[in-house]
Amino acid sequence: MTEVKLPRRDFLKAAGAASAAGAAAATGIAACSPAAETAATAPPAEPEIWLTLNATEAAFVKAVVDTLIPADELTPSGTDVGLATFIDRQLAGGFGNGAKLYRSGPFLPGKPEHGYQLALSPRDFFRAGISEANAWTTKTYGKEFDRLTVEQRNEALTAIETGKAQFNGGFTSNFFFDNFLQLSMEGFFADPMYGGNKNKVAWKMIGFPGLPASYREEVKTYFNKKYDKEPQSIADFS
Amino acid sequence: MVTKLKEVDAVVVGMGWTGAILSRELTKAGLNVVGLERGPMRTPRDDFAIPAIRDELKYTNRHELFQDTAMETVSLRHAMSETALPMRRHGSFLPGTGVGGAGSHWNGATWRNLEVDYVVRSHYTEKYGRNAIPADMTVQDFGVTYAELEPHFDKFEKLCGISGQAGNLRGKKIDGGNIFEGPRANDYPNKPLARNFASSTFDTAARSLGYHPFPQPSANASEAYTNPEGATMGQCVYCGFCERYGCESNAKASPNVSVLPVLLPDPKFELRTNSYVKKLNYDRAAKKVTSVTYVDTRTGEEYEQPAGLVILGAYVFNNTLLMLYSGIGTPYDPVTGRGSVGKNYCYQYTGAGVTVFFEDAETNPFMAAGAFGTIMDDFNGDNFDHSGLGFIGGGHISAGLSNGRPIETRAVPPGTPRWGKAWKEANAKWYRRWFNVAGTAVNYAYRDNYLDLDPTYKDALGRPLIRMTYNFKENDYKIGAFLSQKSAEIAKAMNPTIMTEPRFRRGDYDSRPYQSTHNTGGTIMGTDPSTSVVNRYLQSWDASNLFIMGASVFPQNQSYNPTGPLGALAYWSADAIVNKYMKAPGPLMQA
Ligand SMILES: Cc1cc2nc3c(=O)[nH]c(=O)nc-3n(C[C@H](O)[C@H](O)[C@H](O)COP(=O)(O)OP(=O)(O)OC[C@H]3O[C@@H](n4cnc5c(N)ncnc54)[C@H](O)[C@@H]3O)c2cc1C
Ligand code: SF4
Repeated sequence: MTEVKLPRRDFLKAAGAASAAGAAAATGIAACSPAAETAATAPPAEPEIWLTLNATEAAFVKAVVDTLIPADELTPSGTDVGLATFIDRQLAGGFGNGAKLYRSGPFLPGKPEHGYQLALSPRDFFRAGISEANAWTTKTYGKEFDRLTVEQRNEALTAIETGKAQFNGGFTSNFFFDNFLQLSMEGFFADPMYGGNKNKVAWKMIGFPGLPASYREEVKTYFNKKYDKEPQSIADFS
Repeated sequence: MVTKLKEVDAVVVGMGWTGAILSRELTKAGLNVVGLERGPMRTPRDDFAIPAIRDELKYTNRHELFQDTAMETVSLRHAMSETALPMRRHGSFLPGTGVGGAGSHWNGATWRNLEVDYVVRSHYTEKYGRNAIPADMTVQDFGVTYAELEPHFDKFEKLCGISGQAGNLRGKKIDGGNIFEGPRANDYPNKPLARNFASSTFDTAARSLGYHPFPQPSANASEAYTNPEGATMGQCVYCGFCERYGCESNAKASPNVSVLPVLLPDPKFELRTNSYVKKLNYDRAAKKVTSVTYVDTRTGEEYEQPAGLVILGAYVFNNTLLMLYSGIGTPYDPVTGRGSVGKNYCYQYTGAGVTVFFEDAETNPFMAAGAFGTIMDDFNGDNFDHSGLGFIGGGHISAGLSNGRPIETRAVPPGTPRWGKAWKEANAKWYRRWFNVAGTAVNYAYRDNYLDLDPTYKDALGRPLIRMTYNFKENDYKIGAFLSQKSAEIAKAMNPTIMTEPRFRRGDYDSRPYQSTHNTGGTIMGTDPSTSVVNRYLQSWDASNLFIMGASVFPQNQSYNPTGPLGALAYWSADAIVNKYMKAPGPLMQA
């Protein structure tokens, strides 16, 4: 498989196909099997396309979601499960542009209990937050967030989460983190049709079966029993 | 330009539970009724169908069925000395919009109030003395009793096909039901729902401590059902996408399923959607509302609809806003205590309890109904001795999960980080192995908790926003400490692997996390026009042809969810309109 040249970020996508071919190889029918052929001639993975994020923002978002959701035996990394794509799409769409957000002034700083009080649309809030976060890591580590080592990313994100990172521009780093984390959780656990939670990995990780048809009998027959059915998504029902 | 329309017998503002019930009762009595609903049409076939309805991001997080806060919201300050800021996004409560109102996407926990809930001031004063109620706590009696409302509770339960277990049938206490409830003439129309791990574990533990747990009375039908109107319901399939969602199986009672199928075909009824009522036009001399002005939200055109009878069923905030904006009645002044429109705004004090984790359990949180669990009322109302406790009222304690939707409903043991590998491992381990045991408390009225018009912020129709001046008070915190302690004792008897410290809300009311859509007050009922907006029949003291429905008439909030009580009051008021008012239009009580 190694002769197929893939950009680093796309390597994991191809890895799924590769291991299928690997399993076929182990049975001794590798050379001319259709599986092997498919893998060898697999089209290059989809190019990265962003609806609204610029290159710096995209790099930041990918680095943060990979820190929030590191690849391990439970799931691939945040980027590989589609979280950066999800965030980009959400910010480009109605949510990012302030749908269902009351946007009349005056805009005054409130208490945390007042909730979001900024004049910025969520899209512009993320723009401002990313640039503050990168400014802070540049001041602290001499680099933007996506250039940091894994250990530095963990440390920097903790500082941002706890408000220790100094942000200018009308909101704290922990406020930015809370909003970023919420959007990431939405993407990780939402229906895969939104672009995150690719292959229902988050649902599989926790044992959420996705869309039910009916649990009328199961609510009794599975009383205190494990229900480990393959999760169903909206696409599976459509 | 405003187009003036032909007069009708009655106009109903809002097509949620109360608007639909009143429209049905008035058309049955022979009136021509026009219903005005600000939101769109919603039908189970088009709007609640699978797979689209099982989309957590869209319905829960992006508020698909809720009031659009870009159009209208509420501003909040915690004290009269502060400047209110708009809730730019709804969080702690989620008002509905569109045909069916919040009734199309509620859980379905359906209660009768305790007898004592109707006589809070007189009961506590008589039993515990004058000082039992703090000077600034402005609780009042409803002016109607449980016994008077009993047949109307019965009617609402039958309309909804409630699944439950009676605990007090005509005075006979029944083990397994709520023995603290007031006497009921009839059993529930359907048997209780199934039990899950959480609700049965809680039931066993509560019983072992001598308490009296019972299944949550639920508008999620345990069996297929046909209500007295002839509308049919399917059987609940425990889909776990109930509250915030419409029911795909027609198993959740709602205006859309329980009333509209018979109301809409009635030629005496006309429903106008996308019709946002801006103002009631008031004739102060005649003490009548002559018409309502509404905006067609598709065109921006304004219409004036004259009507003989006007019913407000526009939920707490619009009921109060329309009264204040239209200049009907005297706005409440917290400094002098005079006036009543906006008075006694209350909310719900929730989440006083613990989270328990069971290493070897399979709670299957995703197999759940909206109103699904075990409850106990041993510490609700005045069901226990309050001597020396320093608070009045109480709350119900419950366990059970209404869903396992993973964006919203996950818990991990205390000390787990919020992200990273350890976070993932904790979710993988515990998502299917926890539940809450928690109390939901009464929320009593205070002199400085009230609604008025915001001096700064406006809605999309150019009206001032409703301004909420509100905070939790000492009585709430004391109940919270008490209920969380009791919850912890019961939880301990379950022998969980891990149990959190008992917790309850402290500090300022927080508009961000969802707590409940149980807002009450603002147009409260009573028997004295100087301290209430509507009389005991829900008729305005200031306009005899105006009746106001919904939780805005509660003088304070009980521990229970509001819809059973406001459904009973809607039938009680409809009965008074049809059998008293229509025979002799005019005030039903003398001021
Ligand atoms: C997620 C959720 C869960 C809930 N769970 C429960 C529960 O388990 N048990 C319970 O008892 N209660 C529950 N509730 C509360 C319950 O939904 C309400 O108590 C009930 O729907 C109130 O009925 P209503 O007729 O007073 O108001 P609504 O159902 O809110 O209807 C009011 C209608 O008026 C319309 N309207 C408002 N202003 C105007 C205007 N100016 N012009 C025209 N139309 C207007 C609105 O669009 C809406 O359709 C829940 C609510 C929510 C949101
Ligand atoms: S839980 Fe039951 S009542 Fe609620 S939406 Fe699902 S099927 Fe309908």
